[in-house]
Amino acid sequence: MPSTRTATYRAAVLEALSGEMRLDDSVILMGEDIGAAGGVFKQTDGLFAQFGADRVIDTPISESGAFGIAVGAAMTGQRPIFEVMFGDFITLIMDQLVNQAAKISYMSASQFKVPLVVRVAVGVGGNLGPQHSQSLHAWSAHIPGLKVVMPSTPADAKGLMAAAIRDDGPVVFFEDRMLYNLRDAVPNGDYVVPIGSAEVKRLGRDVSIIATGRMVHTALAAAELLAKEEISAEVIDPRSLVPLDVDTLVASVKKTSRAIVLDGGYRQYGITGEIAATVTEHAFDWLDAPVIRIGGADVPIPFSASLEPLVLPDAQRLARDTAALVRGLR
Amino acid sequence: MSSSLPMPTASAQPLPSAEEALRLYRSMQLIRTFEDQVRNLSSGGVIPGLVHLCAGQEAVAVGVCDLLGVDDMIASNHRGHGHCLAKGADVARMMAEIMGRRTGYGLGRGGTLHIFDAAHGNLGTTGIVGGGIPLAAGAALSAKRNGRQQVAVAFFGDGALNQGLLFEVMNMAAIWRLPVLFVCENNGFGEFTAIEDVTAGPNPIARGLAFGIPSETVDGMDVLAVRAAAQRALERARDGGGPTFLICNTYRYGGHHVGDKQEYKDDADAKAWRQKDPIERLGRRLRESGFTTDEMIAALKLDIDKEVRAAIDLAKAAPLPTADDLEAHLHA
Repeated sequence: MPSTRTATYRAAVLEALSGEMRLDDSVILMGEDIGAAGGVFKQTDGLFAQFGADRVIDTPISESGAFGIAVGAAMTGQRPIFEVMFGDFITLIMDQLVNQAAKISYMSASQFKVPLVVRVAVGVGGNLGPQHSQSLHAWSAHIPGLKVVMPSTPADAKGLMAAAIRDDGPVVFFEDRMLYNLRDAVPNGDYVVPIGSAEVKRLGRDVSIIATGRMVHTALAAAELLAKEEISAEVIDPRSLVPLDVDTLVASVKKTSRAIVLDGGYRQYGITGEIAATVTEHAFDWLDAPVIRIGGADVPIPFSASLEPLVLPDAQRLARDTAALVRGLR
Repeated sequence: MSSSLPMPTASAQPLPSAEEALRLYRSMQLIRTFEDQVRNLSSGGVIPGLVHLCAGQEAVAVGVCDLLGVDDMIASNHRGHGHCLAKGADVARMMAEIMGRRTGYGLGRGGTLHIFDAAHGNLGTTGIVGGGIPLAAGAALSAKRNGRQQVAVAFFGDGALNQGLLFEVMNMAAIWRLPVLFVCENNGFGEFTAIEDVTAGPNPIARGLAFGIPSETVDGMDVLAVRAAAQRALERARDGGGPTFLICNTYRYGGHHVGDKQEYKDDADAKAWRQKDPIERLGRRLRESGFTTDEMIAALKLDIDKEVRAAIDLAKAAPLPTADDLEAHLHA
């Protein structure tokens, strides 16, 4: 086991970025205000001073063109990390992401590879309103040719960023901006979490709560509440949405016979439905009840302080729903 | 409707050496023959789907690519057979891709709109109008970083002049002084619509000038004029002078795709453009200067004809991709 230290999620990602940039000169950063300004969330703080304008490239507010340039650079020897400042803005790069980056390896029969990372800050919170709060990771997960990761802890953020940068294809890296100040143990030195590996974050017997990103923490808090009611909940974090570690998820569900899937994005046509269906296909005979889906409310994320907290499920609601499932009340 | 494009005039360009001039001629004739054959194969149902041919526009691809090294990159568009061939693509492998055969550049899974040729610095033809432009600029960013004086070229049609992506990329190419050429092949029509009907401003060259990019309108039916303009642009790019914008006025002999009835075209206009045919024009110069004879040109055409027919035979005999190829190369 490597030694660890306590660090924030933000610092853990930064550590992966600077570590990979030191290892490999082809790793470059592109985005708005990521240079001397250090990023709007201070998520690239210090990299400009360390690596210079040649590698930490401030782009104009031209997401589509700048990302297209990143794709071309990736095809010709660079490993760009492209920042989409707010997750809502991923819509601005969708053509380049879907019609170029995702397909080039396939269309060219691997004559060209597109080793790039799209770094996307998502999440509800801070009253930023309908165009600065969405979590559109399901859009990327729908497209063949993209890998999609969504780390929930500082250690996973560091390890998955390193894995994403080293991957020879496009990886979309979703980080919840409300986790940036979360502090936890982070392995020192070189640390890689393989893409496509889920992790059981808490062992349990009675029910599997499969949760993504920030919702993992909601699930862990709910598991604490459930323990007081003598319900033992297992919490699994897929960590990667594509490829999905189906084996780990299914093994848990076969053990507990009940599952709830929790994700911060929209529920309609979303991540929760895909995971619920996958688990059901593989573990139908072991299930004692239908798999429950809980997502964000299917509305534009409202600005008002009274409404914004209603968008995502909290631990109390999750614990209530989980207890009802376990007791056969739903 | 009638096109109000300026008609090109007789070339004032000096002829290069006999070897170079004949190379240009051969390259243009190869594209013409290739496109003629693709049209026949498409009409005959041998090539499935839609193909977009570049007959008439050969001088642009050849005039630019003739000066590029194998390390220099191009990004093509949907009318890209000429760019691929001029950059050195293997005729048989290209034909196989267009016919959907496993021996093609993408195992036959991309087709005419997705021909990639890494060995010759070709970032691909593309089905999205303007989609190749940022890829070329990205290759130029790599070139700038590696310091090997490589240059990248984006080929696009006049249709892409109204894509916002072009202006975003031009802006970044200018501020970062990227070694990239923006080469617009203005054939007068975006799909079925005349450029005048959808393009504001007195002259689209202003769209490059607005970013401080040296910009030039070129007779796109004169391979020597294109080559001379490309030469200036490439020297500037290799010297660190940044991007250049070229608008090459040319004409698409065929429709938007094979099967397009072209009712939007003016017959007199089409006839006038054909009188400026880039291959005929260079052929005349070559004969007048004694670089070649009618017999030599006939022999050359026959030779090219054989090469393209051999490529077709190879492609027809090649296997189709199988179910095993369905998911291959999805992830690098």
